[in-house]
Amino acid sequence: MNQDLHSVARDYPHFYWTLFKSTFLISAFTVGGGFVIIPLLKAKFVDEYHWLNDKETLDLVSIAQSMPGVMAVNTSVILGYRMAGLRGSLTALLATTLPPLITLSIISVAYDLFADNQYVRYALKGMQCGATALIIDVAIKMLRKQFRAKLLIPLLIVAATFIANYFYDVNIMLLIIIDGIVGLILLRADKYNI
Amino acid sequence: MTILLQLYWEFFKIGLFCVGGGYASMPFIQDSVVDTYHWLSLSEFIDIFTISQMTPGPIGINAATFAGMKIAALPGAIAATIGFCTPSVIIGIMLAELFFRYGDIAAIKGVLNGLRPAVVALICSAGISFITLAVWNEETWPKDITAFDPIGIIVLIGSLIAIKYKVGVIRMLAATGVCGLLLGLAKQFLFG
Repeated sequence: MNQDLHSVARDYPHFYWTLFKSTFLISAFTVGGGFVIIPLLKAKFVDEYHWLNDKETLDLVSIAQSMPGVMAVNTSVILGYRMAGLRGSLTALLATTLPPLITLSIISVAYDLFADNQYVRYALKGMQCGATALIIDVAIKMLRKQFRAKLLIPLLIVAATFIANYFYDVNIMLLIIIDGIVGLILLRADKYNI
Repeated sequence: MTILLQLYWEFFKIGLFCVGGGYASMPFIQDSVVDTYHWLSLSEFIDIFTISQMTPGPIGINAATFAGMKIAALPGAIAATIGFCTPSVIIGIMLAELFFRYGDIAAIKGVLNGLRPAVVALICSAGISFITLAVWNEETWPKDITAFDPIGIIVLIGSLIAIKYKVGVIRMLAATGVCGLLLGLAKQFLFG
């Protein structure tokens, strides 16, 4: 992987503060959890700060998916570690856990008011649609990349994994393990580094 | 103090064994805080589930934070959250070291080359569930395609246009919240 990119990240003025701020915002706006984090990561760290590239983002997500725990926590731990070791990892983790702690401290005081509040539901419905648009955008861009590479095995992996996950609800960890093994056996060549 | 240590340890185990993201942690949390320790009633647990889905923020952390908060106030919330995250930190750093340090080895490259298309597929799969939820308010493919939610479609298309014109992500999400609220109010006002 590209080592220079990460010294660029660490030399960025106020690196830790920027890392904290971005991860905090990403966590605060992850509506619905899980994969929504990917377009947000890409927007901040790839497009805005250029600390990562698209492929590395997918690698981080793959590693996060292959371990137990929650995606947002796993991703921030690995992302922070990738850019600045243990300190980066803990910075990103703190920033990820703070927003829920703050919002829920407030909400638990007035839970009944919040849960039945129509206005809150309307606003959250709107944000769900925004999150959907983000994930559609990223899905299309990434699919396009896979198709442009015109390689049979990766495309078969995309199709098979999609069918198994969407139509048959096969456990994600199991799919990740199987696809990792397929990669280990069949995709060692450099041309598969899409 | 014992309750905090217990919370930490229970959520440590949940963080270690929950496989498959936020929703997957729910049955584990129920098993521990409702069935084993009777810290919460089932109805309080269902509250946690609702609130975790409704609040912005990762579902798993929301659930851990809210459960901890109900059981032992703010210190409880902190203990549960830290416990929940500890396994991720340990395993994450070990895996990251392995992949980043030995990433040039052909075997590890092969694994990552296999995982990247897999993640693309998972994103597409999540994307379709999101679309059905946004447009039809259902998590699976709707039985009646015409029963769509006009507000959902309007905000979704608006967001896609905003992305096309490179509006910042956080700004865009905040704006969709406001749009959802305004359109919801308009609908309520016009159609009751």
